[in-house]
Amino acid sequence: MKRKSILIVGSLSDIAKSVANKFAEHNYDLLLTARNLENLKLQANDLKSKYNVNVDYYKLDILNIDDHQKLISNLSVIPDIVLCAVGFMGDQKDSENKQISRSEVIRTNFEGPVHLMSEFANLFEKRESGTIIGISSVAGIRGKKSNYIYGSAKSGLTTFLSGLRNRLYEKNVNVITVLPGTVYTKMTLNLKLPKLISSYPDKIAQDIFNGVKSEKNVVYTLAIWKYIMKIINLIPESIFKKTNL
Amino acid sequence: MSYLIKEKISGWGGYPTEIVNINYPNNIQEIINEIKKGNTIARGNGRAYGDSAQNKDKTINMKNFNKILSFDKNSGILEVEAGVILEDIINTFLPKGWFPYVTPGSKFVTVGGLICADVHGKNHHKEGSFRNYVEWIDIINAHGDILRCSRKENEELFEWTIGGMGLTGIIIRAAIKLRSIETSWIKEKTYIANNLDEILDIFEKTKSSTYSVAWLNANKRKNNKYQSLIMTGEHALINELDHSKRLNPLKLIKRKGIKIPFYFPNWFLNILLVRIFNLIYYFLNKNSRKEKLKYWNNYFYPLDNILEWNKIYGKKGFVQYQCVIPLQKSKIGLEEILDEIQKSKADSYLTTLKRFGKQDGNFSFPMEGYTIAFDFPTNKKVFDLLDKLDKITLKFGGRFYLAKDARMKKNTFKDSDERIKNFIEFRNKNNSFNKFKSSQSLRLEL
Repeated sequence: MKRKSILIVGSLSDIAKSVANKFAEHNYDLLLTARNLENLKLQANDLKSKYNVNVDYYKLDILNIDDHQKLISNLSVIPDIVLCAVGFMGDQKDSENKQISRSEVIRTNFEGPVHLMSEFANLFEKRESGTIIGISSVAGIRGKKSNYIYGSAKSGLTTFLSGLRNRLYEKNVNVITVLPGTVYTKMTLNLKLPKLISSYPDKIAQDIFNGVKSEKNVVYTLAIWKYIMKIINLIPESIFKKTNL
Repeated sequence: MSYLIKEKISGWGGYPTEIVNINYPNNIQEIINEIKKGNTIARGNGRAYGDSAQNKDKTINMKNFNKILSFDKNSGILEVEAGVILEDIINTFLPKGWFPYVTPGSKFVTVGGLICADVHGKNHHKEGSFRNYVEWIDIINAHGDILRCSRKENEELFEWTIGGMGLTGIIIRAAIKLRSIETSWIKEKTYIANNLDEILDIFEKTKSSTYSVAWLNANKRKNNKYQSLIMTGEHALINELDHSKRLNPLKLIKRKGIKIPFYFPNWFLNILLVRIFNLIYYFLNKNSRKEKLKYWNNYFYPLDNILEWNKIYGKKGFVQYQCVIPLQKSKIGLEEILDEIQKSKADSYLTTLKRFGKQDGNFSFPMEGYTIAFDFPTNKKVFDLLDKLDKITLKFGGRFYLAKDARMKKNTFKDSDERIKNFIEFRNKNNSFNKFKSSQSLRLEL
């Protein structure tokens, strides 16, 4: 039987690294992309020696939209699964004050991923199979002053994924929205995370893998975030605007 | 981009705990930049027991350098980044018939840490310490230059780095040699000894065994009698396995360890419990005298099955104490140490004894003789006891294992090893003295 394959976009993020290990452990061939070719090569070598799977890698900056088509034509195989782990929190103050920072956050979290996943959506639709996974964020569920530029870009991504899911449902293509709560990664190193409801990339990877197996639509990870966000959504805007979240 | 953040860290013993600035570089250039900015120390997986991998000004955590680079199955030489954890190496290469030549009692250690402490295993008497299996090291020195060092190039740096506690630079990559094995099983043989004479006698008689270690119940003693078990081991060959094991001789069982979810209260590990534990251990094992096959993980890493077992000692943590006494004086030295522990009524949770082979390397801990290690819960009484044990060790010309030390006084250390001044001289010469510092090196003025 032909081995399954997964394309991981932004494979050097901490969550993506864990996802790569998890799928390789389950015998998936890997296709990896990232901006830093040197680190990408190290990652591919490491995975190849640890698991008996094929690992191919491609340099890609998701913000160079013109490169998306090139990437697709270079791929050794059109994968069964595409996972987009690209994300950039930025600094909220910079996002408020500097157009260039704001733009970087919006483009990295929304524009780049939307363009790339749309291309794969079209391919999968034609093929009538496949899974598209986008890593969004619980920050995109309700805007708050501490990170609403990042949050609104993720919100856009969540909406995109939900629409795409609706469109591809009849074509046997599953779209999974991953909504991690607070996770200990490089991105959150300088933040103080609430210990009880924060988790590690390995846990996120396991949840994503389970989500693929059980064809989930939305994966909250940790699961408790589903309920936390439900409660936060119940707060009336007139009160929410006065909070310090 | 890499941040400097504040974190409360400690070694595996949980003592001393310090708030340090910590940095998680993602690539070599970031390490070089950090070295250029000021004094620092590299930290692997934090499994040294004391304060050898923490620096308040800046600790560089090497966890992102955890990749396997290449493996040559003809020579058994494995190239890795320094932050690779031994467990990953075993999980990857054991099914292919390879195992580390030298391993400490935990597999959750990094290759960088193994080199810095020049660790020994149960086979030191026969195969020496980790240094013998290091082919080369890539290290960033005080000037931010990457140097390859080995027995052929930059030999001096190579020699001082192995066992140099990270004080000669930051190791980023290394090549190590693995052992070819036929099976993942160890043939274990258990001997019972009732006093120190018998223990040492059995060690001398079993010197040809690849692995050997003794467990000792230091708490229960009558008329100079101890309960003690000496366990020897050999890698089992394929024709020594029974039929069912032979079907998959290099079996790798990935078991999740039991996790200790919280710190036990400080009173939990009290004298009674320690004594009961040691008695149970003795009776469980003394009847298994005949040779038996043990799975590698249970043989080498029994404690790794309980993740974060250090939490059992409570938030105050514990201190490990390990010294070595030269061969001619081993017996009377060990006798005096055990007497002192008996007098103090302190209880060692786990006491192990091991025969070392010849001294090797510029600054490595082992010397020919016997090494003994204790675990004590941290308290004032224990610190007084350890000061006394230090004096006894010095009296008999012994020395101390820095990877386990958390509290030694600088004068004790200075008196323990004449090689220290040469090490400091080398540190001055390659300008690492003001660049690479740990809380331990500051405490010991090393």
